Amino acid sequence: MANTIRLEIATPEAMVYSEDVDMVTLPGVEGQMGVLPQHVRLITQLVPGELIVHQSGRDEFMAVGEGLVEVTNERVSIVTNMAIAVDKIDEVAVEEARQRAAARLREKISSEEVASVNASLARSLAQLNVKRRHR
Amino acid sequence: MHSPRDLRRRIRSISSTAQITKAMQMVAASKMRKAQQAALAGRPFVRVLYRIQREATTRMGEFAHPLLEVREVHKRAIILIGADKGLCGALNGNLFRLAAEFDTQSTVFITAGRRAAQFVARTGRQLVAEFTYADTPRIAEARAIAACARDLFLKKEVDEVRIIATRFVNTLTQQALGLEFLPVGQIKALKIPGVRSEEELAADITESIFEPSPEVVLRYLLSHYLDIFVYQVLLNAKASEQSARMVSMKNATESAEGLIKDLTLEYNKLRQGNITKELLEIAGGQSD
Repeated sequence: MANTIRLEIATPEAMVYSEDVDMVTLPGVEGQMGVLPQHVRLITQLVPGELIVHQSGRDEFMAVGEGLVEVTNERVSIVTNMAIAVDKIDEVAVEEARQRAAARLREKISSEEVASVNASLARSLAQLNVKRRHR
Repeated sequence: MHSPRDLRRRIRSISSTAQITKAMQMVAASKMRKAQQAALAGRPFVRVLYRIQREATTRMGEFAHPLLEVREVHKRAIILIGADKGLCGALNGNLFRLAAEFDTQSTVFITAGRRAAQFVARTGRQLVAEFTYADTPRIAEARAIAACARDLFLKKEVDEVRIIATRFVNTLTQQALGLEFLPVGQIKALKIPGVRSEEELAADITESIFEPSPEVVLRYLLSHYLDIFVYQVLLNAKASEQSARMVSMKNATESAEGLIKDLTLEYNKLRQGNITKELLEIAGGQSD
């Protein structure tokens, strides 16, 4: 029996991550969710937050955006609009982006735009949270 | 009959043209590689999405969504995706021939790429919005185009949206074609360009748990489907454009080199003839 599970993270631009890992903890729409090998088939929605990769005793942290997750017994496939490893997050730039988005929200903008600004705000917040927790 | 001086001038002018086309060929070749790679890099994303969609659709019952609504077509919008520049063979011409088939009155255009906008303006068709996309298209650019089309459709200003773009087959072959975009057709047959339908997928599907439910997952998917669709189309268009330009510049360089060869031969013959003539004159003068 395999005791690792394949983790694949794909964004529209590229395949970000593809490795065998021991366990994945990911932010699902119904709460933080841990996935071990031999998991039952599952499809769920991903929300912006922190994804933890547990691999041979070490933990890797990533900030992810919204997306979808497909779990099979030997694979976790994630499609998302953002996936950044914690050490790649540029805190200053993200903080600026967050403030820009927050400022934009206070202006008069269409509801469509509100949705897109909110989405980018959620992405920035997810990155900041992950970064600050692991300093 | 040309004078040797005329010939020399023509050779010089053609070789400087050849130099330019050669440089453009090189530039297009490197951009082509990048564009083709980008088209490939997006594939895993689309593959996973497609798999999830297949599973979700097999599990859901009746599903209604405003984007799926089929109406009688009184007015249609066309998203015309062309190149920014010319010098890429028949690529733009083929696209515009397709676009010209639609009735001017009942069709409005959304364009991406400068040439496409110029075509619409020149032929006096109605332009709703004009977009641009970079050498490496980004999802944000696709999202803007998709959002514009979706708005038109949801506000019932148009009853149908189609895309006219170039599909990238390989470096030598690109195909102009029209795609249905909105309403999103039978969701079971939901297809994303650039991905072959993976029949073997259907075989290995055992039931999955959906959290919270297939409908929620599908609704989420549908809201992003359009962006991804346009994104794939843009990637294809870019790869096609660069390939077509590379090939046409290569042809131009080759025919310029052929011309130079012919002209050089003619020039040398003429020069040889003149020398012989002069020699004969000198020899003739001596024998007197």
